[in-house]
Amino acid sequence: MNDFFRLYGAKLWNAIGIHLVYVLVSVSIGFVIALALGILLSRLPRISRYVLPVISVVQTIPGIVFIGILFLYTGMVPATVFIALTIYAIFPVLKNTYTGLIGVSQEYKEAAKGCGMSSLQSLFWVELPLALPEIIGGLRMSTIYTVSWAVLASMIGLGGLGDFVYIGVSTNNNTLIIAGAIPAAILAVGLGLIIDWIQKKVVPKGLRREIR
Amino acid sequence: MNLSMVLEHLYIVLASVLLTILIGLPLGILAYMKKSVRSVILWTADILQTIPALALLGILMVFLGAGKPTVIIGLILYSLLPVVHNTYLGLNNIDPAVKEVATGMGMSRWYRLIHVEIPIAFPVIFTGIRIATVTAVGVAVFGTFVGGGGLGSIIYQGIRIENMRMILFGTLSLMIMAVLFDSVMAAIEKRLNRHESTTSNTSNKSSEVEPGA
Repeated sequence: MNDFFRLYGAKLWNAIGIHLVYVLVSVSIGFVIALALGILLSRLPRISRYVLPVISVVQTIPGIVFIGILFLYTGMVPATVFIALTIYAIFPVLKNTYTGLIGVSQEYKEAAKGCGMSSLQSLFWVELPLALPEIIGGLRMSTIYTVSWAVLASMIGLGGLGDFVYIGVSTNNNTLIIAGAIPAAILAVGLGLIIDWIQKKVVPKGLRREIR
Repeated sequence: MNLSMVLEHLYIVLASVLLTILIGLPLGILAYMKKSVRSVILWTADILQTIPALALLGILMVFLGAGKPTVIIGLILYSLLPVVHNTYLGLNNIDPAVKEVATGMGMSRWYRLIHVEIPIAFPVIFTGIRIATVTAVGVAVFGTFVGGGGLGSIIYQGIRIENMRMILFGTLSLMIMAVLFDSVMAAIEKRLNRHESTTSNTSNKSSEVEPGA
């Protein structure tokens, strides 16, 4: 164990750092894009009727393909990983933002209107807060998947915890596999817990009792 | 191009989904009936799904070696959550009045479970199975890294030798498989739900799990 840390300790921390950067940057960018698109789609029911099924299908493309194909065009640069992970992070948030906003019951919207709110005010002060738990649920999915797919960054030689798993698998070195897999698992579970906590915090006060 | 890979992928997915049902259903029922183990079961299933697929397979490979069994076991652990969760949820959301009627008719605990509760909860359980299946199609791609074969190996090879046709073939087969499973099972689900008027608030908790993960 000590030997391991002497040999790989610095490298491991470095890999965890890179992995975390991949996840945080792509999820943040993806979240903002997805939120904007989700709001847009929820306002345009006629378009979203066609767009949403397409999104569900595109979503079935595994992340490995995003990274793989982008790699062929953009080469071995970190941007490849960021773009691929961002695209992937968009879907769950987009879907949940849309369903969350659509799911806000009519009576709340009408009450907002009745209070004299403009449609933008109603969006920001009524609809988004009500949809927030679901949106954060999408964020959780995005984050966990991104941790998972970021492992593949090493497939195109760009580091992260995948390096350990990858080299371990191909050289049959169990210690290395574990060294990559356990931190990746902890990272995913930890980020998941943090977002769970945030999700509890963002539930509007009036709704807390109804939540299971 | 290579149909056997598609079949191999299908085999891995079906085997793991079948076993997932065999394991997940009893676990879900157990979570419903025994309050003491409920949170442990649900929490474990939740954690298992949070672990990155490649990491999970890597850890399993350390103990089980490379090969299909490793992939299948990994997929089972990974798809447990939707099945367990929905089984529990479906059973838990049954109108208490229905349960009382069943008890009032002199049904024993087990008789009631098998003849009343599970049939009523079945649509929700089926949703869980659908989510598990579609997820398994996507996650099975990782199988290639631990020697499991399937469509993942075509995609991965295609990426390595920069062969667009292989990547596209693998990806498209994968997408078609996922969409097909999803739509066929969604259609069955709709049929199941048609008869479902006895349940009061079976809020179809389809905590959609993205297939690609």
